[in-house]
Amino acid sequence: MANISATATSETTGVMPPARRSSLRMATQWIGVAPFFIFALMFLILPTLYLVMGAFQNAAGEYTLENIWLLFQDPSIRLSYWVSIKISFWSATIGAFIGLAMSIAIVRGGLPNWVRSTTMTFSGVASNFAGVPLAFAFLATLGRLGLVTVILRDVFGLNIYGMGFNLLTSWGLIAVYLYFQIPLMIVIITPAIDGLKKEWGEAAATLGATTWQYWRMVVIPVLWPSFLGTVILLFANAFGAIATAYAFTGSSLSIVPIKLYAQMRGDVLHNPNLGYALAFGMIVITGIANVFYIWFRVRSERWLK
Amino acid sequence: MKTGRFWAWVTFILGACYFFIPLIATFEFSLRMRRGEYSFDAYSVVLGDARFQQTFSYSVIVAVFTIILGVLIVVPTAYWIRLRMPHLRPIVEFITLLPLIIPAIVIVFGYIRMYGSNSPLPFLASARGTDVLLIIGYATLALPYMYRAVDTGLRTIDVRTLTEAAQILGAGWTTIIGRIILPNVLIAVLSGAFLTFAIVIGEFTLASLLNRPAFGPYMQLVGANRAYEPAALAIIAFAITWGCMSVIQVLSRFAPKSANRPN
Repeated sequence: MANISATATSETTGVMPPARRSSLRMATQWIGVAPFFIFALMFLILPTLYLVMGAFQNAAGEYTLENIWLLFQDPSIRLSYWVSIKISFWSATIGAFIGLAMSIAIVRGGLPNWVRSTTMTFSGVASNFAGVPLAFAFLATLGRLGLVTVILRDVFGLNIYGMGFNLLTSWGLIAVYLYFQIPLMIVIITPAIDGLKKEWGEAAATLGATTWQYWRMVVIPVLWPSFLGTVILLFANAFGAIATAYAFTGSSLSIVPIKLYAQMRGDVLHNPNLGYALAFGMIVITGIANVFYIWFRVRSERWLK
Repeated sequence: MKTGRFWAWVTFILGACYFFIPLIATFEFSLRMRRGEYSFDAYSVVLGDARFQQTFSYSVIVAVFTIILGVLIVVPTAYWIRLRMPHLRPIVEFITLLPLIIPAIVIVFGYIRMYGSNSPLPFLASARGTDVLLIIGYATLALPYMYRAVDTGLRTIDVRTLTEAAQILGAGWTTIIGRIILPNVLIAVLSGAFLTFAIVIGEFTLASLLNRPAFGPYMQLVGANRAYEPAALAIIAFAITWGCMSVIQVLSRFAPKSANRPN
């Protein structure tokens, strides 16, 4: 920092020749952002690159595609990716549709104002209420002694566990994930629905459009890029999550993050480089998801200003 | 419009049920510890547990250091980008979004491999070093939220004029950032800080894999071994998240609304 202020003083007094001044100025400009870039490089980019490089090497350090090949060959790894993608996909899609419906209801449904403000506040809380406690909440609700299970059994005579219901499955986990996916959708999509201008509806009505035509030709084309973009964000959000699933089912549910967790804890794959490939596969999937997200985001910004 | 409103109420009430029933059920479950009657026994057991107090205060301290580190990295960078290097903004924004793309478990995997005891920078060789790495990891996870909050705050003040005025009065860079810029974006920084706090306090993945005695792994351990205490912990965690979000909302009322410069 002292270095920067020294240059700033010499600039104002103007004692340096112009050429040297500008190159020095260039250097000091970079000093201002250097801590950030060094931090990002050391603790974000290099650790990730280290794993990516490791994914393409064998135990002897030679470059190979064998680990990537093994990701597709090993049935248990293939299954874990499949389960992970399934859980992320369904929790994102269902969460997005329910979130969209709720968002339309609170913005366009003619509900009192407090409904909207309460929903938005609660969504802010619930979208951050993930991890270990969320799993506890659902176990206390739908577990064998949970309130809902007990009420269904004692009041309605429905023994859901006797009927083969089991919370600790991938569909159970999807139901849990919806608890933060729906609010996240509401938080992100509500501004987009606010962006639908009243004038468009009036213009459509003036031109003789029915409600259905207005939705099909105006609302859906304007909303779909933000909608799809958010679905992808929700997908990536669910794909990387581990704490909820781990507290929920222990390591019995084989999703990729739990498999990676077990690998980091005790090299269960007996091949460190295969572990790197597992992590690389996760980055590829969330990375592709985010490329699409950015693409949709750019498209949606054209209309929603 | 009548039917529209009806369906809006139906949607809202169904949604509200999905969100409130687990909270009510968890609360009810947490009161069931004493056989045959409701009591707060589970809470007194949890709050009286020495391990709860240790792990919780550990996580609070880690969260505070995470916030300090985050502010130290983000505020000068966001300020400098606005003032002098706007052309770097897309790159910086992209980097701050990376923690949302790269899952936390992958980031910590990289740390464990890169900063082990045999590496040039052996963070993991000592407990203190691992604490530092944990704080760094949390600051990385909080980067997207912190940067966005601070950048939004900077947008509402006239960075250039304030800087020039301060320079004319003879202020150095640390004075400008510490005594001019930071107080002006304080509300934005505090919003980012409370969000960071909410994320860090119960975080499980990093703390567990770095083997630190934090609140997240403690909750997981209780969940694996106890019946009623986890429900009490879930209610406590929900209350903390709720508290942080309420503070952010109250703060946002004090934040300046409009930008007084075109950019």
